[in-house]
Amino acid sequence: MSLETFIDLTFTGLVVGAIYGLFALGYTLVYGVLRLINFAHSEVFMWGSFAAVWVMMVLGARTGMGVLPAVGLLLLALVAAMVVSGGVALVVERVAYRRLRTKNAPPLVALISAIGMSFVLSEVMGLRDKITEWVGLSQPLAPYVERAREYVSFTNPLPSVTLFSISGFQVRSTQVIVLVAAVLMMVGLDQFVRRSRLGRGVRAVSQDPEAAALMGVDKNRVIQLTFLLGGLMAGAAAVLYLMHIGVTRFNVGFILGIKAFTAAVLGGIGNIRGALLGGLVLGLAENYGSNLLGSNWKDVVSFLLLVLVLLFRPTGILGESLGKARA
Amino acid sequence: MSTSTTAPARRPARRTVGDRWAALPRPAKIVVWVLLALFCYALPLLNPPLISTPQSDFGSVMFTVAAYGLVALGLNIVLGYAGLLDLGYVGFYAIGAYTVAVFGSLHGKLPFVLLVVLAVCITTASGLLLGAPTLRVRGDYLAIVTLGFGEIVRLVFLNTEWLNGARGITDVPRPPDLPLFDVPQLQWDGFVAYVDLGTQSTFMEFGLLDGIPYYWLALTVIIVVLVADVLLQSSRVGRAWEATREDEEAAELNGVPTFRYKLLAFAMGAFIGGLSGALYAARTGVVNPETFVIQLSVLFLAAVVIGGQGNRWGVLLGAVVVAYLPERFREFAEYRVLAFGLLLLLLANFRPQGLLPPRRARRATAAAAELAELEHSGSAGGDTKEGGIRA
Repeated sequence: MSLETFIDLTFTGLVVGAIYGLFALGYTLVYGVLRLINFAHSEVFMWGSFAAVWVMMVLGARTGMGVLPAVGLLLLALVAAMVVSGGVALVVERVAYRRLRTKNAPPLVALISAIGMSFVLSEVMGLRDKITEWVGLSQPLAPYVERAREYVSFTNPLPSVTLFSISGFQVRSTQVIVLVAAVLMMVGLDQFVRRSRLGRGVRAVSQDPEAAALMGVDKNRVIQLTFLLGGLMAGAAAVLYLMHIGVTRFNVGFILGIKAFTAAVLGGIGNIRGALLGGLVLGLAENYGSNLLGSNWKDVVSFLLLVLVLLFRPTGILGESLGKARA
Repeated sequence: MSTSTTAPARRPARRTVGDRWAALPRPAKIVVWVLLALFCYALPLLNPPLISTPQSDFGSVMFTVAAYGLVALGLNIVLGYAGLLDLGYVGFYAIGAYTVAVFGSLHGKLPFVLLVVLAVCITTASGLLLGAPTLRVRGDYLAIVTLGFGEIVRLVFLNTEWLNGARGITDVPRPPDLPLFDVPQLQWDGFVAYVDLGTQSTFMEFGLLDGIPYYWLALTVIIVVLVADVLLQSSRVGRAWEATREDEEAAELNGVPTFRYKLLAFAMGAFIGGLSGALYAARTGVVNPETFVIQLSVLFLAAVVIGGQGNRWGVLLGAVVVAYLPERFREFAEYRVLAFGLLLLLLANFRPQGLLPPRRARRATAAAAELAELEHSGSAGGDTKEGGIRA
C-alpha cells in the first residue's frame, strides 16, 4: 500500500466515520435513557436524506451557481433534513414506544414494535409513487415520487475544489466541510447535554429515572427530547452523507443503521463521546479492511467488528452510560 | 366475601374450545388428527374455490406455505420457547439451500438424501458456531448480532467466486422420484366440482411444473417436526427452556444450565431452518444470494409473532398468513412488507402474545388471577380476624 493510498484511506475513513458517529448519537441517546435499541432510527436518517434531496429539487439547485447562494441552499437543506428527521423521530417515539412504556412491556416487545415501525417507514417511502397515486397527487408530485425504489441523487450546488495535497493525495473541500461539520455538531450536542438545564434532565433520567421523577424532572419530556436530539443529528448526518456519497434510496438506512449502531457499541453505547470515537474507528477499520480484502467485503468487515466487540468488550472502548457523562 | 361466592361460579362458565377438546376420549382425538392430516394432504388436489389461488399454481403456493411453516416451527423453538430474538434466521435457511446446491450441482453430484443430511449438519454446526460466543451477550444485543450474521451470510455468498457469486447456482438436484400412482385433481366450475383427468399429480414424481409432490414432502417433514416438537416441549428440555425464558437467573439458581439449553435451542432452530432451506432449493432448482435478503428474516419473524410465539399451531397459522395471503391477493403483493410491518407494530402494542396465544400464557393468567384472589381473600380474612379481636 503506497503512502498516497494510506492517506486516502485514512482521510476518507475519518470523513465517513464522522458521519457514522453523528448518526450513532440517536442510538446512544435513546439507549442511554430507555435501555432500548431504537431499531427505527435508520429510517429517521433515510427520511432526512429525502427531505434534503427534495429541497434541492424544489429550489432548483445546480452546480456552478455561485458560492453564497450555494451555501444558503445547503443550509436550507440541512434545516429541512433536521426538521423532518426530528419530526419522524418524535413520531417513532409516540407510535412505537410510548404505549409500551406506560405498560412496562419487556424489551423484546419494544424491539419488535420498533422493527415494525422501521419497515412501515421505509416501505412508505419505497411505495411513495403508489401512495401518491391513491391520493391522486401523482401528477403534481411526479418528479419527487417516480421510480420510488431506485436511487435518487442529491445535487450539491457547492463545487468541490482541491484545497491542498498531502504527498499526492488531494484533500477536497467537501470532505473537509463534512468532517468539520460532523465534529462540530457532536461537540455542540455534548456541550448541550453537559451544560444546559435540559441536558441535565437527560442525564438525570438516564442515571435513575425514579429519583429524577421525584426531583421534578418530567420523564416523558426528557424521553421526547432524546428522540428529538437523536433525530436532529440523524438529519444533519443525512445531509453530510449526501454531500459525500450523493445518492439515497428508501432502504439506505438499513446497512447504514447497523453501521451506526456498531459505532455506538464500539465507543460504548450510551456514551456521547464514545459515539464519535466509535464512528471514527469504524470508518478507519472499514476502509483499511476493504483495501486489504477487496471493497466487496467492506460491509462484512464492519459486521464482524460488531460481533467481535460485543463478544470481547460489550461495554465498548469508553464504557457505557450517558448518566456518568460527568457533570 | 363476595369474591369467594362469585369465584367458583365463574369457573365453569369459561369452558373454552380447548377444554372441550381435552375432554374428548383418546381414540376420538386420534381420528380427528388423522382426518385433519388427510385433509391437509388432499388440499391442493381439492382446489377449493375461494381458497385456491387463481393467479398462481395452487400446489406451488401450498409448498411455499409449508416451507414457511417449517421455518416458523424452527424459529418458534428459538424465539417462542427459549426467548431468543434471532433476526438472522434467513442465514440458516440460506446455508441449507446453498449446501444442497453446492454439493448437488456446482461442486459434486451427491445423492439427494445425503445432501439433505449434509445440509442440516452444516446448518446445525453453523448455529452452534454462531451461538456459542453470542448467546452470552444480552438479549437485545443478540438481535443485532444475528442480524449481522444474516447479512454476512448473504454477502459471503454474493462475493465468493467459488459459490458462483451473484450469478447463483442452477440445476439444483430434485428429490428422487418414486412414481407409484396418479391422482387426478378436482376442478371447479363456480361451486360445482368435477374431476379433471387432464391434470394429474403423480405420487411421488418431482417434476419442475407440479408443486404438489413437493408440498406432500414438506408436509410430511412438518408432521415429523411437529411430533418431535410436542415431545421436546413437554420434556425436561422444554421445561428448562421455559424457565430460562421466564427468568434466567432464577433458572440458573435452580440448577438449569441455561447457556447450554439456549445453545441447544439455537442449534435446533438452525437444524429446522436448514432443512427448510434445503427443501426450498430442491423445489425451485436455483439459489441466488438475492433471495436471502433480510426482509425474509422479518417475514419469518412476522409469522412467529403474528401467530403467537410459543404456540406451535399459532406459528403455523402465522406462516399461512405470511405466505398465503400475499399469493391469494396477488395485486397487493408489493405492499406485503408494509402490511407486515404494520401488523408487527399493531400486535406488539395491542396483542403482544399474537393471534393464538400459547397455553402457558393462559395458564399464567389463570395462576395470576388465582394468586390475586388468594391475596384478596387473605387480606379480607385478616381484617375480620382483626375486627374479632377488637370486639
